[in-house]
Amino acid sequence: MRTCLVVDDSRVIRKVARRIVEDMGFEVTEAGDGLEALAACRAGMPDAILLDWNMPAMDGVEFLRLLRREPGGERPRVIFCTVETGLDHIRTALDSGAAEYIMKPFDSDIVQSKFALAELL
Amino acid sequence: MKRDEIEFVAEVARAAAGLSIDGEPPYVLETRLGPVARREGFGSIREMLVAARQRREEKLLWAVVEALAVGETSFFRGMAVFRRLAEEMLPAAAATGRAGRPLRVLSAGCGSGQETYSIAMAVDEWGPAELGPRLELTGADLSHRALEKARSGLYTQFEVQRGLPIRSLLRHFEKREEMWAVGGRLKATTRWRRQNLLGDLKPLGRFDVVFCRHVLDGMDPAARERALAQLIGVLGEGGHLVLGEDEAAAGTAGALQRLGDGVYRRRGGARAAA
Repeated sequence: MRTCLVVDDSRVIRKVARRIVEDMGFEVTEAGDGLEALAACRAGMPDAILLDWNMPAMDGVEFLRLLRREPGGERPRVIFCTVETGLDHIRTALDSGAAEYIMKPFDSDIVQSKFALAELL
Repeated sequence: MKRDEIEFVAEVARAAAGLSIDGEPPYVLETRLGPVARREGFGSIREMLVAARQRREEKLLWAVVEALAVGETSFFRGMAVFRRLAEEMLPAAAATGRAGRPLRVLSAGCGSGQETYSIAMAVDEWGPAELGPRLELTGADLSHRALEKARSGLYTQFEVQRGLPIRSLLRHFEKREEMWAVGGRLKATTRWRRQNLLGDLKPLGRFDVVFCRHVLDGMDPAARERALAQLIGVLGEGGHLVLGEDEAAAGTAGALQRLGDGVYRRRGGARAAA
């Protein structure tokens, strides 16, 4: 089964996202910020990462840059999922190695569409 | 909605645009017609239909038809066919006829324009560079409201996240407050026409490629046949007709060669065969 790490500091959003991603056939693990996410990736690289931007301890972009320097860290397809909708933010995310970008609020159609665009489905 | 109301609406939709609403559950019709009734100042769908029936008022009847004609839409719906358009169909067309002639594409039943703009983006992103400036794109739909939105090129954050790759959003759209606006270059390639597919399409001219996806399957069989004949009529020899992946151009084997996944090519006439 393919795996997805859902990273968001909101437990509610993690729960909503988890259900959507599980319905697409992924096994889901959760992390509450970038540091936790990095630890989770070191324990086992997921196929996909749904990644919030603004989080305590370590934000999404910082996590992504560090992830890409980890052994095997180039493999996960990363989809940002954030309230940041500025063009600068989107560009920064893509330049840091994200495959796709979701602007909150999201629904299952959007998540599914973005996973398909990121060639995860 | 009561049975007689549904029958009345079905008859209006069929007569005006060949739409078939058979098998649509009443709640779907209510979801579509409720906003029309409110917008037109009626207390209920029933009141609106009584007025429409008594007065046979064109504008009101069309508002009903337009609301029923709205289909599901997203950017790059069925992504693969847009690549085929840019990488195969248009390059093939570009090699025929007068050098440098315009390459004309019709997006028939374009709704609020997602398909039409996807065609323009596909040509820009995947087509040979010399094709872009030759593209002449027409979006046609019978809904005045849908065309207005298409022409505005303004989409909500939800709409630009259905089917549209984030890199295409960055490349072709500008953020305008809470909305996303199609950029000027894309808009300049496109013109919009109000057009009923049951009407005469000849005034639109001839096309190298005609997209008409997920439109015919909402029509009754007689209307579908008539619309198909019209679409084939505006297709140049060797031109491509693109339907939805699961739609078939029944009864057109003499005129069209089936290429698969809803794509057809118009057969050459006697001259081409000679």
